[in-house]
Amino acid sequence: MNKLFLVATAATLTAHSAVADVKVGMITTLSGGGAGLGIDVRDGFMLAIEQSGRDDIEVVIEDDQRKPDIAVQLSDKMIQSERVDVMTGIIWSNLAMAVVPAAVNQDVFYLSPNAGPSQLAGQGCHQNYFNVAWQNDNLHEAAGAYANSVGYENSFIMAPNYPAGTDALTGYKRFFEGELAAEVYTQLGQTDYAAEIAQIRASDADSVFFFLPGGMGISFLKQYADSGIDLPVVGPAFSFDQGILQAVGDAALGVVNTSQWNKDIDNPTNAAFVASFQATYGRLPSLYASQGFDTANLLVSALETADPSDADAFRDALRAADFDSTRGDFSFGPNHHPIQTIYAREVIKEGDVFTNRIIGTALEGHSDAYAAECKM
Amino acid sequence: MSSILILEQILNGLQFGVMLFLMAAGLTLIFGVMGLINLAHGSLYMVGAFATAAVAGATGSFFLGLVAALAAAALAGAIIEIVVIRRLYKAPHLDQVLATFALILIFSEGTRWVFGSFPLFLDIPDAISGPVTLPGGIEYPLYRLTLIGIGLAVAAGLWLLIERTRLGVQIRAGENDREMIAALGVDISKLYTLVFALGAALAGLAGGLVGAIQSVQIGMGEPVLILAFVVIVIGGIGSVRGAFVGAILVGLTDTLGGVFLPELFKLFMENGAAQKSGAAVASMSVYVLMCLVLIWRPTGLFGVRA
Repeated sequence: MNKLFLVATAATLTAHSAVADVKVGMITTLSGGGAGLGIDVRDGFMLAIEQSGRDDIEVVIEDDQRKPDIAVQLSDKMIQSERVDVMTGIIWSNLAMAVVPAAVNQDVFYLSPNAGPSQLAGQGCHQNYFNVAWQNDNLHEAAGAYANSVGYENSFIMAPNYPAGTDALTGYKRFFEGELAAEVYTQLGQTDYAAEIAQIRASDADSVFFFLPGGMGISFLKQYADSGIDLPVVGPAFSFDQGILQAVGDAALGVVNTSQWNKDIDNPTNAAFVASFQATYGRLPSLYASQGFDTANLLVSALETADPSDADAFRDALRAADFDSTRGDFSFGPNHHPIQTIYAREVIKEGDVFTNRIIGTALEGHSDAYAAECKM
Repeated sequence: MSSILILEQILNGLQFGVMLFLMAAGLTLIFGVMGLINLAHGSLYMVGAFATAAVAGATGSFFLGLVAALAAAALAGAIIEIVVIRRLYKAPHLDQVLATFALILIFSEGTRWVFGSFPLFLDIPDAISGPVTLPGGIEYPLYRLTLIGIGLAVAAGLWLLIERTRLGVQIRAGENDREMIAALGVDISKLYTLVFALGAALAGLAGGLVGAIQSVQIGMGEPVLILAFVVIVIGGIGSVRGAFVGAILVGLTDTLGGVFLPELFKLFMENGAAQKSGAAVASMSVYVLMCLVLIWRPTGLFGVRA
């Protein structure tokens, strides 16, 4: 019914004016273990589209089930039969690597609301690929910078044994100036961290850095809190987002994590976003929701000045990033990845709800380590 | 590496092993008695964890949550046995795999429908949280010791049930010759439902117990299910004693392999590379163990059937 209506408006519009219908394809994870992230991105994105008041943007949403092969099928369908102008939505870097290079080479624009693998930021960058969230290493680099600022000298660092895990430890080490007590790779999807916690206890570390996204982080934090070890923990925001903090509970209280967004960043766009997200969906937004929201607003801002059919003008409009971000100042670097401030946050309890509060700045105006390799 | 660390890691392996046993016991009983490959066993584990989290959240009592886990998983097990599984006993294994895989999807999406997409909160009750100091100066979480105790108690109870009760006799008879015990007048379909519900309840109990230290989320059962299959293949399909020995072996191999293989690799490799290759080899270690056991005894440690 809605779709029919949109098609009808498109037909009348093309008849009377130059403004054409814009079709957006969103491939994201809406079922299975990682669904919370995709749902937040989708809800943030759709909220911004709704608030823009434009009825000439049609969004086709599909569930990739966190499987690269399904994401590729969906992307082929969207490009070839749905003929979308812009694609977005992918959460996981391995799915992004399977979809994005092929999509942008077929003259589709891709706006990433989350995944930022190093391959797409360096030599593999593309003029039609924009990342609105971060390059994968960014939050880990900020964690390393934060660890320096509070004087940690000997870190126990830990991540799952897969590409984003390696990137995480590389990112931390790039900025951390102290020693490493140990560098441990866990299994992807591991749920029991007793062995690693025993190693932490036996080590002479003064701090623990970990990157364990989603359920892995919930398991680790609960078990760590129960172990009685009181070394300070620092990590990227992925284990402390609004969706999973409630499941971690008291075990996360006081833990410092790094993020490019938080609900208390003081600007009118962010305040309006947090209030309207909560009113619409009945829960607090996560950083993923803010990334979806910013991605949609970037798209809307570019559509104000150019149409995707005029690719060069539309690309320039995207590059200008002339929109009000929930993060405050926002601009793209030469490789179409954000230049932004990354904050240190602390987990607190507001009434019954666990959430984060900004306690300082970890890195200001930060770009990424791969921009120089990008030749566009 | 100190002896305290080694002892602590052995305890960790033991705790992981007894929890695996709770999963594997049901799986092996169901396969042994009914000849059915039940991929949905991991979903029953998830049902147990969600029931514990929901009831513990509503009442504040972790113990009531565990009771709910047992009840919910047993009920879910009985229902799927009566509605779906019963039609599959005579079907080829491929059909069973297909149908029980469909059950995984139904359980996952059904759980999302009821509880939403975000992980649930479930924590260790205050009375048994925090570490205790064991003789020898090992600091070890009390909850994990409790898990070892519960696991061993369930193993002993299951042994008594199978070796010393009338139901146990029927289960053992069912493993050996299904037609014969039906001919002797045992209500075989009621026995099947009962065994299925018992296996489901054990999986649900494991889910509730482990959920308190892990993440209660959709899809949490599938990784455990894969290891539980490794356990019953090592132990010998259909043997509860085999499942116990297999579970402890897998638990110890997985935990100790993850700790000591990177250390071993450090002897002849640079630190970072040793960590990565050690971790990679450690994740294969239980499967290597399975291969070795199967080469030595193709029917598993306590298996009778080829």
